Amino acid sequence: MRDLPACRWVRTRLLHQGTGGRTAVIAVPYLWLLLFFIVPFVIVLKIAFSETQIALPPYQPLLYWTRDRVLEIKLNIGNFLFLLEDDLYWKAYLNSIKVAAVSTLLCLLLGYPMAYAIARARATWRIILLMMVVLPFWTSFLLRVYAWIGILKNNGLINNFLMWMGVIDQPIVMLQTDFAIYVGIVYSYLPFMVLPLYAVLEKMDLTLLEAAADLGSRPFRSFLTITLPLSMPGVVAGSMLVFIPAVGEFVIPALLGGPDTLMIGKVLWTEFFSNRDWPVASAVAIALLALLVVPIAFLQRSQRAQEGRF
Amino acid sequence: MSPRLPFFRLSALVFGFAFLYIPILSLIVYSFNKSRLVTVWGGFSTEWYVRLFSNEQILNAVWLSLKIAAVNATGAVILGTLAGLALTRMGGFRGRTLLSGMTTAPLVMPDVITGLSLLLLFVAMEQLLGWPQGRGVTTITIAHMTLTLAYVTVIVQSRLSTLDDSLEEAAMDLGARPATIFFVITLPIIAPALLAGWLLAFTISLDDLVIASFVSGPGSSTLPMVIFSKVRLGVSPDINALATIMVALVTLGVVIAGILMARREARRQRDIQMAAG
Repeated sequence: MRDLPACRWVRTRLLHQGTGGRTAVIAVPYLWLLLFFIVPFVIVLKIAFSETQIALPPYQPLLYWTRDRVLEIKLNIGNFLFLLEDDLYWKAYLNSIKVAAVSTLLCLLLGYPMAYAIARARATWRIILLMMVVLPFWTSFLLRVYAWIGILKNNGLINNFLMWMGVIDQPIVMLQTDFAIYVGIVYSYLPFMVLPLYAVLEKMDLTLLEAAADLGSRPFRSFLTITLPLSMPGVVAGSMLVFIPAVGEFVIPALLGGPDTLMIGKVLWTEFFSNRDWPVASAVAIALLALLVVPIAFLQRSQRAQEGRF
Repeated sequence: MSPRLPFFRLSALVFGFAFLYIPILSLIVYSFNKSRLVTVWGGFSTEWYVRLFSNEQILNAVWLSLKIAAVNATGAVILGTLAGLALTRMGGFRGRTLLSGMTTAPLVMPDVITGLSLLLLFVAMEQLLGWPQGRGVTTITIAHMTLTLAYVTVIVQSRLSTLDDSLEEAAMDLGARPATIFFVITLPIIAPALLAGWLLAFTISLDDLVIASFVSGPGSSTLPMVIFSKVRLGVSPDINALATIMVALVTLGVVIAGILMARREARRQRDIQMAAG
C-alpha cells in the first residue's frame, strides 16, 4: 500500500509543501512570455516562408494534408529571394544601418559631455539634473517628435528666426530630410545614452585622476587615458540602447522624413498596412531581427560585464 | 574634485538641456497662439483648448487609452513582480536563462516586429481556438502587458537583488509560510519599486503607437493612433494644447515624486546621523 504511486505522489506533495506556490510564481510569467513572445516569432518565421494569397488571412498554410493523408510541408523561400532581388529592400536595410549609426554617434557626442558634467556636479544637483534628463522621456514620444515638425519646417521656428536675423533669405529645407531624422532620433533617445554613461562615470574612482595630476598629467590626457577607457562599458551600453531601436524606428522617419526616406521599419509598415502582403512583411521582420542579433549580443555582454564589476 | 573645466561642463549642460526642452517649450507657447499658422504669433488665446475639449474623437481616444493603460499597468505589475521574484528568489531552475532572456528582449525589440508578430499570433489563435474574437481592447492590452512586464521585471529585479534578504530568512526560520512572508515583508519593502513600475507601464502603454496599430481593430483607435493620423496631415494647434496638458500633468507628477523622495532621503539621513550619534 505504501508503494502505490498515488500514495507516493501525495507524500511528496506533502513533504514539499510550498512547491505549488513556487511553481506558480515561475510558471505564470514563463507561460505568458512563451505564448506572447516566443510563439509569435515562430509564427512570423512560418509565415515568412509561406505564399501570399488573396484571402483572410492573406497567406497559404505551410503544412497541409494531401489526399493520401500525407503531411506535406511547402517551404517557400520566394519572399526572401524577393527581398534580395528588389533593391528597395537592400537600400532600406543599408540606409537604416547608416541612419542608426550616425544618430548613435551624434547621441554619444552630445550625451557624453552631459553625463560627464552631471556626474561631476555637486550631489544635490545630480538628482535634479538626472530628473531633468528623464522628464522628457515621460511625456509622449509621439508629441515630442511632432514638436520638431513645427521647428524644422520651411516656415518653422528655426527658419523664421534665421530670416528675422537676416542670416538667410530663403528658408533652409530641413524637414523631410535625413537631417530631420537624425535630430529626431538623437532627441528621442538621448536619455538612453546619458543614463548608462552617468552610471559608469559616477562610480569612477576619482583618486585615479588625482594621482595622474600629481604625476603631471594634463586634464585632457588624463581624460583620454583614464576616464574614457573606464567609461567604455557605459559607451557600449548607451550606444546599443540607441542603435537597436533606431534601426527599426518607424514614427520618426514617418513624421520627419520625406516620402522617399527608406528605413526598414517604414518598409515593414508599408508592406503590411498598404500592400497587405503579410508574408513579405514577415520576411522583412526576420531580416531585421537577423540584423539586430549582433548588437543585442553586444548589449548583453556589456551588461554582464557591468554586473560583474560593481 | 575642484571644477577643472567648469566652462566646458556648463556649456555641455546648457546646450544639452536647451536641446531637450526647447521643442517642449515651443509646443506650450504655440498652444496659446491665436493664429492657425502655428509659427506666426497672433496673440494669446485659449481657443485650441476649447476646440480640444469639444473634439469627441480625441476625447473618446483619451478615455480608451487611459482604460487600456490602467488595466495594462496593473497586469504588468503582477506578472513583472512574479517574474522578478522567480529570477531573484527562486534560486536556479530549469529554463532560468530563457526566462531572463525573455524578460529583457522585449525592451530592445523594435516595435514593428513586436506588433507584427503579436498580430500574427492573435490571427492564428482566432483560427485555432476562436479566441480572441477580432481585435481591439483585449488584444492591445495583452500586447502592452507583454511589452511592459519586461520593464516592471527589470525594476523589481534590481530592487530585490539589492534588498537584504535576512528579514525574509528570519521570518522563514520562525515558520512563516512563503505567501505570508511575501505579503507581510517583501511587498511593503518593494512597494515604491512597484509604484514606479506601474507608472512606467502606464506611460508606455499610453504612448505606444506602433504595436497598438498592428493589434487594434476597427473602432478601437487609441490616442496615439488618432494623434498620428491628425499629425500626418500637418501641424494642428489643438494637438499643441493636448501636448501642453500632458506635459503639465507629467511635470506635476514628477515634481511631487521628487519632493516625496527628497523628504524620504532627508529622513533617512537624519536617522543615520541619530544612529551614529
